[in-house]
Amino acid sequence: MQMREVKQYDRTMLLSLLKQMLLIRRFEEKASQMYGLRKIGGFCHLYIGQEASAVGAIATLDLKKDYVVSAYRDHGLAIASGMESSVLMAELYGKVTGCSRGKGGSMHFFDKEKHFLGGNGIVGAHIPTATGVALAIRYREQDGVVLCFFGDGAIHQGSFHESVNMAKIWNLPVLYICENNQYGMGTDYRRVSAVTDFSVMGTSYGIEGKQVNGMDVLEVYDAVGEMVQKARKEHAPSLLELKTYRYKGHSMSDPARYRTREELDAFREQDPILLLKARMIRDQRLTEEEFLGMDAEVKKECEEAVEFARESEEPPLESIYQDVLA
Amino acid sequence: MAQVTFREALRQAIDEEMQRDETVFLIGEEVAQYHGAYKVSQGLLEKYGSKRVIDTPISEEGFTGIGIGAAMVGLRPIVEWMTFNFSLQALDQIYNNAAKMRHMSGGQFKIPAVFRGPNGPAEFLSSQHSQALQSIYCHCPGLKVMAPSNPADAKGMLKTAIRDDNPVLFLESELMYNWKGEIKSSESLIPFGEANVVREGEDVTILAFSKPVRLALEAAEELAKEGLETEVIDLRSLRPVDEQAIYTSVKKTNRCVVLDEAWPYASVGSHLCYLVSSNCFDFLDSPVELVCSEDVPVPYNHRLELAVLPSVRKTVQAAKKSAYMV
Repeated sequence: MQMREVKQYDRTMLLSLLKQMLLIRRFEEKASQMYGLRKIGGFCHLYIGQEASAVGAIATLDLKKDYVVSAYRDHGLAIASGMESSVLMAELYGKVTGCSRGKGGSMHFFDKEKHFLGGNGIVGAHIPTATGVALAIRYREQDGVVLCFFGDGAIHQGSFHESVNMAKIWNLPVLYICENNQYGMGTDYRRVSAVTDFSVMGTSYGIEGKQVNGMDVLEVYDAVGEMVQKARKEHAPSLLELKTYRYKGHSMSDPARYRTREELDAFREQDPILLLKARMIRDQRLTEEEFLGMDAEVKKECEEAVEFARESEEPPLESIYQDVLA
Repeated sequence: MAQVTFREALRQAIDEEMQRDETVFLIGEEVAQYHGAYKVSQGLLEKYGSKRVIDTPISEEGFTGIGIGAAMVGLRPIVEWMTFNFSLQALDQIYNNAAKMRHMSGGQFKIPAVFRGPNGPAEFLSSQHSQALQSIYCHCPGLKVMAPSNPADAKGMLKTAIRDDNPVLFLESELMYNWKGEIKSSESLIPFGEANVVREGEDVTILAFSKPVRLALEAAEELAKEGLETEVIDLRSLRPVDEQAIYTSVKKTNRCVVLDEAWPYASVGSHLCYLVSSNCFDFLDSPVELVCSEDVPVPYNHRLELAVLPSVRKTVQAAKKSAYMV
């Protein structure tokens, strides 16, 4: 597969993309470990393998005016949106210091200030709300853009089709980003999809659709960046299919026996972090030592996040009646 | 004091609130160019333009979610459902997004949105278009529910609902839009959780809301002829409900009849029976009576339809039963 050359990109940006992907990877490994130790309960959908899509896409935004809306596989998207790993880990621990005060958990990360609007648990149900955020941007005549992330499972929901239709008739600044990690829970998307190139679904609603290699953070960055500009300037919604892969099961309870070891190994060959690292080293934008230093730094950050979560207080019992109504 | 229709009272409430606050907008099927399926939004498109009076395709899940998303970032949508029968398409949006967003984000987001339209049985519409769905919406924490019974209340309550920072389900009734009533020229807001004693009496309390309040008053006239003085309470707000007004009345009359157009099982009516039974036990001279729909879908044939729905005769019977007169 043709990869983007790193030469044409700013080194500081490349390092930032690499470090964010690495932080997501280490955070998820830590989350997995803590889940195994029963420090984290409930559903826990890991993002390992998909780092390039969150990092490449969100790097194109200005989150002072733009928004990110996510489904339940939200850890990586939250980190890429600038939420702090300690606050996220505390939320996984259900602590009051978590981003949702311990009431949301893994599937419901939120940060109003950082324009991260979930963390939504019902497949496809956040696609209309993301569209509503875009409507509000147009209503106020602002130039923000909404990135609405969902998986290949959600693209068959009516909520997706209803939303794209309305986004087009009202010219809303929203990018529908399907992270096609190839499996809707345990179901291969090819078994349940009338078309397997999702980008063509934009055609039905008169919006631009594009299929992107979601394992290459630079390709994601370029493709999303182009569509973001169109959304900002021309108020044109669009649909992007990021072809990606999750190394782990759908959630912690899923051993992922529906796929072969060979398939998994083939995708590991295209690991988004290692791919970027290799190209940067080849082009002398990074040394192995720098990479190891960076890795040590993010690992330390994740250790500290666990420490913060562990030491944080449980929410007080009287908080059960709080935050039900405004 | 001017005589206006229920429909006109609703229109005035929306108009005045849109005038007062430019973040208020109306969205739904046929609300703009058609002026509303029940003509509630007559003239609003001409006055406020298509930015603030927005026609949608027939996509209840989509446009309801769009309203919720817009509310998350500070607008105040009034989402009109052509009827509550169609709102079931959007129930996931109401239950899982509108009602829970505040909670699962740890109090970061509020949803200042109103979802309104005709609810309850009408005439000759058969089972899909003639049903009372208040029980469904009252069931879920995080929602407020209002059901006015006359034009003045409709105006005062809708204005309150629009200004509230929570999702409010506002139940109108298809057969009420032409009802006329006096309405004050000055602004009069009616708060949540404040019932109205519409007729005072010493012998039996009838609890009612929405369209059946009129039926309760007619029953009270019949009962007066037989020497039974009825107190009729119009609940107006179903969640929160004015428990104090209910208990004060029942402690005075020692008898209670609950009137609800919905089915009996797990309903607002059955919940009110529970509240009165458990909180007024020492004051009750007889069991609490429930007058409601028969536990069947509403039939088309008018004779059958009338037999299924609550009536003056059934209400009179229930009141007499509670007074051991039958």
